[in-house]
Order: sequence, then structure tokens, then C-alpha cells
Amino acid sequence: MTRINVKVDGVDHTDEVEPRMLLVHYLREQVGRTGTVVGCDTSNCGACTVHLDGRSVKSCNVLAVQADGHEVTTIEGIADGDRLHAMQQAFHDCHALQCGYCTPGMIMQSIDLLNDNPNPSEDEIRHGLEGNLCRCTGYHNIVKAVQQAAGAGVGGGGGR
Amino acid sequence: MSEPTGPTLLDPVQMGRPVGRLDGRRKVLGVAPYAVEHEAEGAAQAAMVASTVPRGRVRSIDATAARALPGVLAVLDHTNAPRVADGEDREFAPLQDDTVWFRRQPVALVVAESSEVAREAAALVAVEYDEEPAEVGLRPDSPRLYTPEKLSDGSESDTSAGDVEAALAAATHVVDETYATPYEHNNPMEPHATIATWHGEDAGLGDGPVLTLVDSTQGVHAVRSSLAPVLGIEPERLEVVAPYVGGGFGSKGAPHVNVVLAALAAKALAPRPVRLTVTRQQMFALVGYRTATIQHFRLGADADGRLTAISHDVLEQSAAIKEFVEQTGSPTRSMYAAPNRRTTHRVARLDVAIPFWMRAPGEMPGMFAHEVAMDELAHRCGLDPIELRVRNEPDVDPETGHPFGRRRLLECLRRGAERFGWEEGPRAPLSRREGDWLVGTGVASSTYPANAMPGNEATVTFEHGCYAVGIGAADIGTGSWTSLTQVTADALGVGLEQIRLGIGDTRYPSASVAGGSSGLSSWGIAITAAARAFREQHGDRPSEGASATAGMPDNPDLQEYALNSYGAHFAKVRVHADTGQIRVPRMLGVFSVGRAVNPTTLRSQFLGGMVMGLSAALFEESVRDPRFGHVVTQDLASYHVAANADVADLDAIWLDDDVETHLNPMGSRGAGEIGIVGSPAAIVNAVFDATGVRVRDLPVTADKLLAGLLPQRERDHVLGDASA
Repeated sequence: MTRINVKVDGVDHTDEVEPRMLLVHYLREQVGRTGTVVGCDTSNCGACTVHLDGRSVKSCNVLAVQADGHEVTTIEGIADGDRLHAMQQAFHDCHALQCGYCTPGMIMQSIDLLNDNPNPSEDEIRHGLEGNLCRCTGYHNIVKAVQQAAGAGVGGGGGR
Repeated sequence: MSEPTGPTLLDPVQMGRPVGRLDGRRKVLGVAPYAVEHEAEGAAQAAMVASTVPRGRVRSIDATAARALPGVLAVLDHTNAPRVADGEDREFAPLQDDTVWFRRQPVALVVAESSEVAREAAALVAVEYDEEPAEVGLRPDSPRLYTPEKLSDGSESDTSAGDVEAALAAATHVVDETYATPYEHNNPMEPHATIATWHGEDAGLGDGPVLTLVDSTQGVHAVRSSLAPVLGIEPERLEVVAPYVGGGFGSKGAPHVNVVLAALAAKALAPRPVRLTVTRQQMFALVGYRTATIQHFRLGADADGRLTAISHDVLEQSAAIKEFVEQTGSPTRSMYAAPNRRTTHRVARLDVAIPFWMRAPGEMPGMFAHEVAMDELAHRCGLDPIELRVRNEPDVDPETGHPFGRRRLLECLRRGAERFGWEEGPRAPLSRREGDWLVGTGVASSTYPANAMPGNEATVTFEHGCYAVGIGAADIGTGSWTSLTQVTADALGVGLEQIRLGIGDTRYPSASVAGGSSGLSSWGIAITAAARAFREQHGDRPSEGASATAGMPDNPDLQEYALNSYGAHFAKVRVHADTGQIRVPRMLGVFSVGRAVNPTTLRSQFLGGMVMGLSAALFEESVRDPRFGHVVTQDLASYHVAANADVADLDAIWLDDDVETHLNPMGSRGAGEIGIVGSPAAIVNAVFDATGVRVRDLPVTADKLLAGLLPQRERDHVLGDASA
């Protein structure tokens, strides 16, 4: 077992973990953050996307020990009390989800996308999110949501 | 015909409004619990051990090393697993005997303190087999081919009217081609998963649940009715819970072996809960898939393009362990008019995993063949493909002779042609080029039956000024939480804020599965009946606790009319002249599905179905190892589904004033599947228009176009080099 110190959604955690434990399993089974879900285990679907020190990672592809000394933000850590994060609000407003299983990862990746490129074109959104699979919506409304969030200033831009 | 006495329609007040998803906030917050997100104090984790041979017997299982691993709680196999009470359905009888029916069938189950330990231990279980010869390939000359008694929609395997052979011999224009569709896997984003807790017979003073299954399913009551006899539990003492489900597309329409394994492990470890998550890789073996098909399609037409013969002969596959017969030829029976018609199905039960429902089972592969064949016929007749369909529009259902409820296919085609900017007239392939890209457009019709499943019941109770409505329905992403709330509000004549809907739990009255585009119809019928019974019994000012329960009233219209939804798909494609790369810059779907109960969720269903059709057209294919019959493309890296960057301009609309008067009180017909029916054909037809290359086997990939794209001279040169 290895001792790690990780800040998850603003709270400091010190835990003993097996070196082989994946970050996503640490978040779900030890920290209790089950909002981050497992879709594929092979880093293809993006459902488990979280932020590690502010940058998106697929948490099925990161070991918990790699997060030692770092800060993790999950889908459960971005709202401000009852107030949704602007990206969450945009996904809600634009009906950018159906079953919702890809949604936590999709939202976290979309925030990362706008942090890099506050005013993306439709094409840039589609390419920026191609590592996050959705099987329900056909992606159309997801693109609309990211455009709305860009317009609302997520990532510091004003939208196109 | 007797005077129809169909459903009395509800007055749409909340229905028809684009009400936002009631589950949306929980989902964007990440707090909607899917199956294994539910709390289960002290749950153990299970991992499956899969067979490595396709057919044979387990000679020995040595779990010594696995049991020695710290944290391992149990290793179950056929020698020590709890017995099932009824093992007749072999899918539901795992670890009961030593028979291996297909490669990757579970032959042992490890239960451990953590998923890491469980998986490591599963890899340490040493299994030896006595292997037997296996038949794993679908071939036209397979010795296993037989004529099934029924198709999975309950219809006959073979149908025949008139004399197809004579009509084809006399036809002016004939299409006689073979079309093929590949194995495909549903791949909902949430892997199938279960938390099982065995409380035992004494639970709750002898009348509480013996077993609780928190399961990822399209129907809690389907799980109960399937598994209660298997596990020897009274149905009402098998509790099944599934409030949020991360997609299903058919694969979660019935329980699979994983749910039984979770229950057996929970029984062995009772009262400790057991979590069993099927990995993405295991989903390619255990939770169903769409069979491959080989379809011989023949069309005969007179000089004017009027069909004289339609013949559809289907070869497909089922599994030795359990039969499932895709109804591939079913839609052909009612689609177009022709005096001479036949459909046949021949099926091979192979030593492979069990196929099952995948979005529009039957309609999707069957209509692919039919609608590409129609495009080929249009070319041979020199007709616009829409005009060909206009000339073959039937007056009544060709199969039953019943009148159609409301068949608006031609309106869909015409409305779509106008919106899409369809250029009328016969197609002229290879006529548009933009730089290095060949551009083409294609069209295809779509249809899906309007289903209402029996066995639904709902209850309405007045509590604290609100109406609590319960039915064991499911929301697998379709929007049932929202649309059923709208239906209930209109059925009771109150606002949305007065409705407290309860679904996804067997504590509510029995419901049919979210499948066959039947959910909203079937559940809405029962909810409306319960609401009407409530008003009849308790009036408009009910007292606290007033309650009414009702099932589904008889609907004679179902016997009198052919009820189907229709649609028209339009696609534009760009094919790179040198590489054969295919892009789909535009898709349009126009649908007639009855009333839009919720335009927002409805449109999303159409768009999602169309993109799954795009995905089937260009990407999806499960590749089997020809020696062992298992799928080698068993992850989302090698089994490609459409990603965001594969989609461009995507639009779905529906016809105005579309109300279905024969099916249910809402006036709706269901919309989950029609988007995937026909859309692959529209893309394939557009590829032909762009390139002049006709691809008859899905998916259309660059390699299937390349030889046809190169000019003859250049092709000879390349082939010459290759053979040198």
C-alpha cells in the first residue's frame, strides 16, 4: 500500500492505496465520488474524464498514486452550491444529454476545451470532443451546449 | 369491418411542449445513480472467468492460486455454485454444468474485497477443457441452417403471395443482388452492471424481498419475471431497481447471464451485497448483439417502374445455447405494393455468443437491403428514386390487407426533398466534383411498427396535494421521466408541478420494457387508464390517500389497422477521389410518428438514431476470429462508433398535425428506432451517386470504394504492381 495526499473537489484526502489502483476507482470507491463513471476501461470513451491540476485526463488511464500531491476536480466539484457551473447549465439548457452516462466526462472535457480555446468554431468543438463518445444524442446538442457556454464566458471568451 | 372504437384521445396541454428533462439537473451534477453508483455498504466485487474454447467441456478448474490471494472471498464454478431452480433457459443457468457453448462463456466467478483483487484472481483460475469441434461462421452452405418456427417479432419465418419467379421472369427491370450486414454490438455507454443482495427467505418477517437487484435494465419487471423462476423466488419477492439507466439500445431489454451470476454470488455470500460490472470487453460476448445477415433481394418492375415482384431471402445466425431470430424480412412484407411477394428466413445456430435485440432489430438490416435495392431499381428504370417510391405506394397493408392507420411516407419524402434541396430526376453518378472530392446525395424510406405491449398497469394516489403516479417503466435516456410526467398531467388535467412520477422499480405496478419503440405508448395507455379511473372514483377534489389502479383497456383498432411510423432520410456525402475517405456533411430525417409528446426529447431520439445509422453505414463491425467465433474487435478502440467529429449538419423534423388516433390516448407512436432504419441506405445510395460504386455490404469503408474509384488504366497499373 502507498500513502497518497490528493485534493479532490477542494477537500484534502490522505489514503492508503494499492499502487495498481486506477484514479477512477480511487475516486469512486475510496473518496465516494461516483459521479465520475467508467465506460470502457481502455481510455477510448472519455466517460471518466476529470481534471488533474486543471487539465483534463481520462481517470481510467491514470493511477491513483500519480495523483499524489495533486488536485483533482470531478463533475461533483464544479457547481457553486446550488448554482450550476455554466457548462453544466448549458448542457441542461440545450438538452445535450439523454442517458447522461457520458455527460460528466463530456462536461469536464468541454471545460478543458474552452480553457484552451475560449471561442472555438463548430469544427474545433467537434474535434476537441472526439475522444468523448456519446451513443444517445448524435452530438448535435452537445456542440450547441459548448457554444452556449463559450458565449457565457467559460474559458474567458465571449463566444462566436 | 366493425366500427372502430379506438382510444379516446387526451387533450394536449402539457403534451406537445418542449419541457426540459426533469432528470437533467441530476445528470449534469453527476448525482443520478446508475446501477453500481448505488450505495451498497460493504459490497464485494465479482469478476468473471471466461472460457477459452468455443465448444466442449470443462475438464478441471484449479482455483488454488486464486483462493490463496488475500482478499478473495469465493471462487464459484459448476462444482460449487448455488443451483438454479429452473435451468431450461441455458443463458440463465451459468455454472450449473461443465458444458461450454461458446468462447468467452463464463465458467467461473471470483468474488473478492476489491475489483483489483477479483480481476487478478480471475486471471489465476486455471481451467482445462475437453475441446469439441465448433461451427462458428455464417456461411450460405452452413450445415446448421434451418427454418425457424417464428421470428422474434412473433411473425412467420416465411411468407408468400402470388408467383414471384414467374413475375421476375416477365419483369422489364430486375434487381437481383445480395446484401450483407455485419455483426454489430449495442455498446450503451453504461456497461451492464448489477448490485445483488440476498436477504433470504426470512427477510422482513417472511414477506420482504428475498433478493434485491439494482440493475442496469430496460425493464425492471422483465428482470423479475425472467429471473424469479430461475432463482426459485416468488416474483413479488424479487425486487429490481433501475431509476437511471445509461443507455441500452436493446441489449438491456432482458437480463443476461451476468445478472444471474451476480444473484448466485450474492446467495453464496449472503447477506453481503455483490457488485458485478461487465467490462466493455466482456460486453462483446455476454449481453447480445445484432446478427450478421446475408440477404438475397430481388425486385421485378414493369416498364413504368411499378413493382411486380418483391423477394427477400434472409440468411442469419443464432446461437447453439439459445435461439434468437432477427425479423430481418418483416418490414419488407408491408413496405411497398406488389402482387407477387415472398420473404424467407434461414438461420444457423452456431457455437457463438447469443444475439439479441439491437436498436430496430430486423428493420435496420432488412430496410438497408430493401432501400438500396430500390435505389438500384430506380437507376435501372431511369427514375428519380422518390418517384419510384411514389409509384409503389400501397393503398392497404400488402401483407394483411388491413387499412393503414395513417401512412404518410410520401409526405415525408416530399417534405424532405423540398427542405434538402433534392434535385429531381434520375441520378447521374459521378456528376459532381469539388476539388478532390466526389459529391453525391441519396434518399431512403424508413418505417417502424407502432407497438403497444400488453401487461401494463399504473396506480395514481393523491398525497399532500400532489398525484403520485407509479409504473415500473424505464428511462434509458429516452426521456420517460419527463414525457410520462406530461402524459400524466394531461390525463389528470393538472399541471406538471402536481405530478410525482415513480418509475424504475418493481414496487410500482407491472410495466413492459423500454423497447420496440413501445415504451411511451404502452405505459401511457396504463397511466391514462389509471388517471381516468381515479377521476371516476374520486372526482376532481380527492381526499388524501385516494387511489386508483388500472391496466390497459381493450383496443379493437389494433386488430383492424396496420399501424406504422414512416420516415424519409436524405444524406449528402463527399468521397475523396484518391483515398476513398467518406465524409457525411449533411443528414436530414423527416418523420411521421404521431404526436410529439415532447419535441425536445423526440428530436434528440431522431438525431441519435440517425447518427447510429451513420455509424452503422461507415464504421460499425464486430470482427470475429474465424477459428473460435469470439469478437476480436472487443473494445471501443477497434469497434468504431461515430464520434463527434464524424457528424456535421444534422437535422430531424416531423410532419405537422400528426396524430395517431388508433394506438393510444396520447396520439403518439414511438420514436426510438425509426431514426436508424433507412439512414444507412441513404448514405450508401449517396456514395453510389458520388462515385458510381455500389457497395452492398456494410459498413462502407474506403477499401470497398478504392478499386472502383480508380480509372481503369490506373487500376490495371496498380494491380499489375501488386502482383509483380
